[in-house]
Amino acid sequence: MSRTFLGMPGAAPRSGDEGFPERAARALRDSQLRFNLRKATRTIRARRAGVVAELPDWAELRRAGKEIKDHTLRHLDTYLIQLEEAVTKAGGHVHWAADAAEANRIVAGIVKATGETEVVKVKSMATQEIGLNEALLAEGVTAYETDLAELIVQLGDDWPSHILVPAIHRNRSEIREIFTRRMAEWGRPAPEDLPDDPPALAEAARLHLRERFLSTKVAISGANFAVAETGTLVVLESEGNGRMCLTLPETLITVLGIEKLVPTWRDLEVFLQLLPRSSTGERMNPYTSTWTGATEGQEFHLVLLDNGRTGVLADEVGRQALRCIRCSACLNVCPVYERVGGHAYGSVYPGPIGAILTPQLRGMGSELDRSLPYASSLCGACYEVCPVAIDIPSVLVELRAKGRHHLAERTGMAAAGWVLERSGRLARMQRLGGRLRKLAPGRLPGPLGGWTDTRDLPPIPEESFRDWWNRTDGGRR
Amino acid sequence: MSSRERILARVRAAVAGAPDPEIPRGYRGPGALPADGVVDLFAERVRDYRAVVRVLPESEAAEQVARSLAERRAGRVVVPGGFPRALLTAPDVQWVTDDPPLTAAALDAVDGVVTTCAVAVAETGTIVLDAGPGQGRRALTLVPDYHLCLVRAGQIAPGVPDALARLDPVRPQTWISGPSATSDIELNRVEGVHGPRTLEVLILT
Repeated sequence: MSRTFLGMPGAAPRSGDEGFPERAARALRDSQLRFNLRKATRTIRARRAGVVAELPDWAELRRAGKEIKDHTLRHLDTYLIQLEEAVTKAGGHVHWAADAAEANRIVAGIVKATGETEVVKVKSMATQEIGLNEALLAEGVTAYETDLAELIVQLGDDWPSHILVPAIHRNRSEIREIFTRRMAEWGRPAPEDLPDDPPALAEAARLHLRERFLSTKVAISGANFAVAETGTLVVLESEGNGRMCLTLPETLITVLGIEKLVPTWRDLEVFLQLLPRSSTGERMNPYTSTWTGATEGQEFHLVLLDNGRTGVLADEVGRQALRCIRCSACLNVCPVYERVGGHAYGSVYPGPIGAILTPQLRGMGSELDRSLPYASSLCGACYEVCPVAIDIPSVLVELRAKGRHHLAERTGMAAAGWVLERSGRLARMQRLGGRLRKLAPGRLPGPLGGWTDTRDLPPIPEESFRDWWNRTDGGRR
Repeated sequence: MSSRERILARVRAAVAGAPDPEIPRGYRGPGALPADGVVDLFAERVRDYRAVVRVLPESEAAEQVARSLAERRAGRVVVPGGFPRALLTAPDVQWVTDDPPLTAAALDAVDGVVTTCAVAVAETGTIVLDAGPGQGRRALTLVPDYHLCLVRAGQIAPGVPDALARLDPVRPQTWISGPSATSDIELNRVEGVHGPRTLEVLILT
């Protein structure tokens, strides 16, 4: 399988040579990061729990969400063709992109055909995944991120660390600092003496982007859902930057992962309840836009993106990751994510869902991607909150089994297998162990030492249970 | 082989033999939620988003529109085509129409916009605009900083499934739940970013 590019914007180390444990250890040393993450994830967890508890039929909605997605994936070829027909009929243009390079080429071609050199962007995981901003820059097109958190990331030459709130690792004073220092280079400078309270920071972003929204001719978005039956695209957002990009420019380009489809308009009744409550912990997000084809005189292009998704679809256990609606509830409850943050995962998809999605999309060729399935204590909190019931722990275990294991581990397991195969062998080894028990070290030697770093080696008993039973006739002698 | 054919072939190969689940719809679907009390519930839920909400008899709508605009000191206000002319009695307001279409810059220079809506959702405190009469194209309720929206009691659906069933998917829709907001700074909710910073909803009974 060819390696799928899952880009990571900014100047971040993209090398896969460094595994998750090393990255996590570095993140753990950043006490500011841990403080920011703890505060933010606690806030969002409480909010989500409150609005989910309000709905008496949450379990039924979750079951329906899961099965609608599974049904769609089962018939994805049919629904993709149906979507293409409906969008085309409504005056839109549909493009198919097998990988990141092709998608970037298509988008760059459309932008260049308009003669424009600037585009505004709505926050989109798919375009981050394919590294679209970098690809456009190489073609002389500047992409301006307009979501507040994406703006913070872009201005700070930083990289996103959360699916929903990419700048979750930054606190208000860091954001104030970034705005003051960098806004002038990208457009309207930050107001003088900008304070660090959130309303003032939001106001600064409003002023910074206002003129750009009103004048830019091309916009690029992702989408949360696409309705196959009607060709309708759906974007959920909060700030109104999405509406600005979807409504005002003359040309709109939407990059859509092929797993984002739902069969019918009615199916939205499930997801428009599951998604806002799971992601921002609101009954409904401030703005949802739906449009079908070329709308209100706009030119509309839809780019359908595979980029490794059909490979994931072929895996019986792993394919459930394609049900994901990118709510990020699993990040917010994960004890590992809360402590190490999103950068340690080395992918635009961090947290529990990233730990199963990234190695499946990219393959397990690098040290990082092999280590991601271990970035979990398998506590199962992610599964419990997932609105489409992705059994993340099971997929993690499945991926762990697939990865290449260390020589010491393989040798140890082979030896254990040989001993446990025959009861006579086991008894002989147990007696040998009993005789040599005084010589047993407290810590295992060599590469096995990693295991005893965090665990006590159990003491070896003088005799095995079976020997004791035979000698005493079950304690009667 | 084109990418289209390649992707479709890969999908078909990937899902061959996969189970085909029935979709269980045991949740509260269209018609399952009670229709009584929707006005109060809707008003409460919209207020939760820190929008201004007033409940009044339909006969007092014109007076209230005038009062709300006066309080806001809105002198130039956009009125979409199809908005009931009888409600536009405010004496000191210059009504701006979208015919011919206003530029984005012109929209940015008005004090507010007054619209009706297509549907509203009580359980989530949402109003839905679908570019129908009295609502205008999507930009009209986006660029001005103040949006005054009139909702008739009969337009309020109890839940999300009821609202979707009443809407035409082919029309461009905007679902609005409170003023524009962000939670991007330390996950604190702040009202007022790029969309209208003030949303006022008049519920007409």
